[in-house]
Amino acid sequence: MEPLVTFGELFPHGIWRYAAGGALIGLGVAAIYLGTAIPAGASTFLESTLSYVSDVPRFNRAKYVASRDWRVAFTLSIVAGAAVYAVAFGDFGWTTEVSWWRLLGGGVLVGIGTRIGKGCTSGHGICGVGSVAPTSLVNVATFLVVAIVTAQLLQAAGVTP
Amino acid sequence: MPLVVVGGLIFGFGLGLSHMARPEVVLDFLQFEDFGLLFVMGVGSIVAGAAFAIGTRFLDRAPLTGRAYARRLKSFDRNVLTGGVVFGVGWGVSGICPGAAYASLGIGNYPILLAIAGMFVGAYAQGVWRGRSDDADSAVATGD
Repeated sequence: MEPLVTFGELFPHGIWRYAAGGALIGLGVAAIYLGTAIPAGASTFLESTLSYVSDVPRFNRAKYVASRDWRVAFTLSIVAGAAVYAVAFGDFGWTTEVSWWRLLGGGVLVGIGTRIGKGCTSGHGICGVGSVAPTSLVNVATFLVVAIVTAQLLQAAGVTP
Repeated sequence: MPLVVVGGLIFGFGLGLSHMARPEVVLDFLQFEDFGLLFVMGVGSIVAGAAFAIGTRFLDRAPLTGRAYARRLKSFDRNVLTGGVVFGVGWGVSGICPGAAYASLGIGNYPILLAIAGMFVGAYAQGVWRGRSDDADSAVATGD
């Protein structure tokens, strides 16, 4: 009997790059945490960096001001790390086909959502899930389901990249 | 700080290698066309979780900062759900999240600047709005 779905259908690009990439993402977070006890989330950079240019009290809370310098370094390192990958694997210069309004509009919602929800895919998804934190598990389950529904609706509506 | 840089480099390299820095790959996952992202999040959180569990068994305090390890237990309230929903819509629309967006810039994907600009606008709007609606927060912040 034919299986209902085959491995190749579920993973048309194989799994090694996903698993290896995921392992490195986890390793990067773990190295920082074990050395400094800081759970390295990527989204707090948004708020802490705004404290450089904004007088809004919310962005100038002590925890953001105290961490803003290393968060800039962390973010620049992420950019650099991805650049090292891209050059090493001949992947540099790739650009997305996703339409500008999706990038911009989605970006605004991601910016709002990650701040209301206290974290993002790295903070909740890697650090939080990795330490089996209930709040993070709930947040991740919520955004996964909602994102799947959203993406499927857009696809059904005929929006291609 | 050097460790943060090294960790960020590994993190960014992993985001590039996993192709999560490509919005298309995330959207393929959300549209059930390629389930590879399960391995990114799954392996990533398992590696991080294992390192947290094993490392903190042998270390009492972080060697570089002297800080005590504390599990990342953020308080649960309705905002966690609201934020998850808004984030989910944004992720589903664009296929990008903060870390992957920074990494995407590193692979030369300059259109992602729109998404990063959007994230700053969103975070700013949320901060201004929250600051106005929540006096307690601004009272705390007047100290600095």
